Amino acid sequence: MQKIKSRKRGLKGSNIFDFFNYLLLGLLGIITILPFIHVLGSSFATSAEVANTKFLLFPTEFSLSAYRYIFSTDTIFRALGVSAVVTIGGTIWSMFFSVLTAYGLSRRDLVGRRVINFLIIFTMLFNGGMIPTFLVVQETGLMNSLWALVIPVTINAFNMIILRSFFMNIPQSLEESAKIDGAHDFSILFRIVIPISLPAIATIALFYAVTYWNTYMHAILYLSDSAKWPVQVLLRQIVVLASGINYDGASYTDVPPPEVTVKMATIVVATVPVLLVYPFLQKYFAKGALLGSVKG
Amino acid sequence: MEHTPITDSSRDVNIDIKKKLRAQKWKQIKKNKLLYLMILPGILYFIVYKYLPMYGLIISFQDYKPYLGISGSEWVGLEHFKRLFTSPDFWMIFKNTLILFALQIFVFFPIPILISLMLNEVRHSFFKRGIQTLVYIPHFMSWVVIVSISYVMLTLDGGIINSIFEVLGFEKVNFLMNADWFRPMYIIQVIWREAGWGTIIFLAAITAVDPQLYEAAKMDGANRFRQMWHITLPAIRSVIIVLLILKIGDVLELGFEHVYLLLNASNREVAEIFDTYVYVAGLQQGQFSYSTAVGFFKGIVGLIMVIFANKLAKRFNEEGIY
Repeated sequence: MQKIKSRKRGLKGSNIFDFFNYLLLGLLGIITILPFIHVLGSSFATSAEVANTKFLLFPTEFSLSAYRYIFSTDTIFRALGVSAVVTIGGTIWSMFFSVLTAYGLSRRDLVGRRVINFLIIFTMLFNGGMIPTFLVVQETGLMNSLWALVIPVTINAFNMIILRSFFMNIPQSLEESAKIDGAHDFSILFRIVIPISLPAIATIALFYAVTYWNTYMHAILYLSDSAKWPVQVLLRQIVVLASGINYDGASYTDVPPPEVTVKMATIVVATVPVLLVYPFLQKYFAKGALLGSVKG
Repeated sequence: MEHTPITDSSRDVNIDIKKKLRAQKWKQIKKNKLLYLMILPGILYFIVYKYLPMYGLIISFQDYKPYLGISGSEWVGLEHFKRLFTSPDFWMIFKNTLILFALQIFVFFPIPILISLMLNEVRHSFFKRGIQTLVYIPHFMSWVVIVSISYVMLTLDGGIINSIFEVLGFEKVNFLMNADWFRPMYIIQVIWREAGWGTIIFLAAITAVDPQLYEAAKMDGANRFRQMWHITLPAIRSVIIVLLILKIGDVLELGFEHVYLLLNASNREVAEIFDTYVYVAGLQQGQFSYSTAVGFFKGIVGLIMVIFANKLAKRFNEEGIY
């Protein structure tokens, strides 16, 4: 009797626990995403609705005027173009060198790999800092070139180490049998290792792509020509510094839409590409593929 | 081999073996020349863009003039460091940095652990996956986007938060221009962007827990809270400690991009940290040597903190990170 009672109480407690757990997690999910919905909704609102509605999530009347306005000059097209070029080119560039380095260092028969590994990990713990790095970028002739957004961040040590640990888990027998057949290291890498590592490679490539799309500080540091600014810098200019200058000279003939919706629309435009690749990111990273890398 | 007592004959043998080993090593290096070719560009990258800047740190002991270069600039010893430590700005930056660091460790750090414990208790996998999908999103947004969204929401006129305050009859708050609101805003943005993403590693560690442990605990009448406390939490202890070490190592990496975006004239006294100070003094005012000294000091403190945290972890019989 005693036993049944206690079990019942346990079950009841468990139900209350579940209720609050689901409730809190549900709220957490909603709160996380609500600001994005607010921004998206407001970017489509009409000026009347922006003025009258206190908390806007979904506009009752859709208006594209904010988007028509920001796309009426080539400012944002140019910024999006720069970001696209840096993202696509940078990702290919970084992946090429990261995979080569990671594979070389994953091979246990490479003399000196421990030292090289240590020296690479050390750069994660200590670095020369902003000014000396700036001077090196300047010395290597990258100032005011889009290469400055790519070359100084060619290999992310953390990403390289994730790739390396992935390659290290590939059964060595595969490589050895290929070697017996006379394949050299490059063909082993490109014909055997890369094809079976595609999920890991895709994950790291997406990480690089997101980082390049979000690049902002390097542009501020190294690019003085505003025509070369990526979209993140433009976004800061328009929203945070609230300097409308970038949309001046818009060939927009109607009454300009309210400033708020213009800001919202700019945020949306800068965000959408990341949201488009997000489902692909989600597919890979949730598998815990990153855990093995924590320890380098 | 090294433990054999050294007699004359065995020493000869030793030298012989060493020679052979060396020859073998060379053979292996030659055999793998293609592998060295593969890692060469990567190595060059790290030398030029990581180690060359470290060499560049010596300008913090010089009065560096760009047209004279490192070899031509005058040496001034520790003068820039003296200037830093005696500057009234130093204590301001030091205090600000320390407070943001404390917020990161004591306010932010436990949150992903808590969320992953909660997610682990969810039994409907569609609900769990759904929540995960939502809370990971902000991590992929740039700081510019995070700060921009905060700006449009918090602005005095027409921002949604102040509109809500107005409806509820509260007074409007000028979040963006008020120094008191800088720290709450900073840490809330960090939580918003990173708390969900931070759960990944803990959740992965939790999947390794033996389900039999929970069965046994249930038999003993442990409720869900006690199972969490006595089974799940101890099981991920070492992951927690490793991540805490990494976090402590990042002591002064409080997100230059993030803080720089929030920094303005009205909150400088609480928002200026080492990185923003280096940027302003170095690149806006052209004091290369002085700002390099500031950055150098910051880097050394960070390195000492990692080593210290790692030692501490080992003291508690944990593995540490290296």
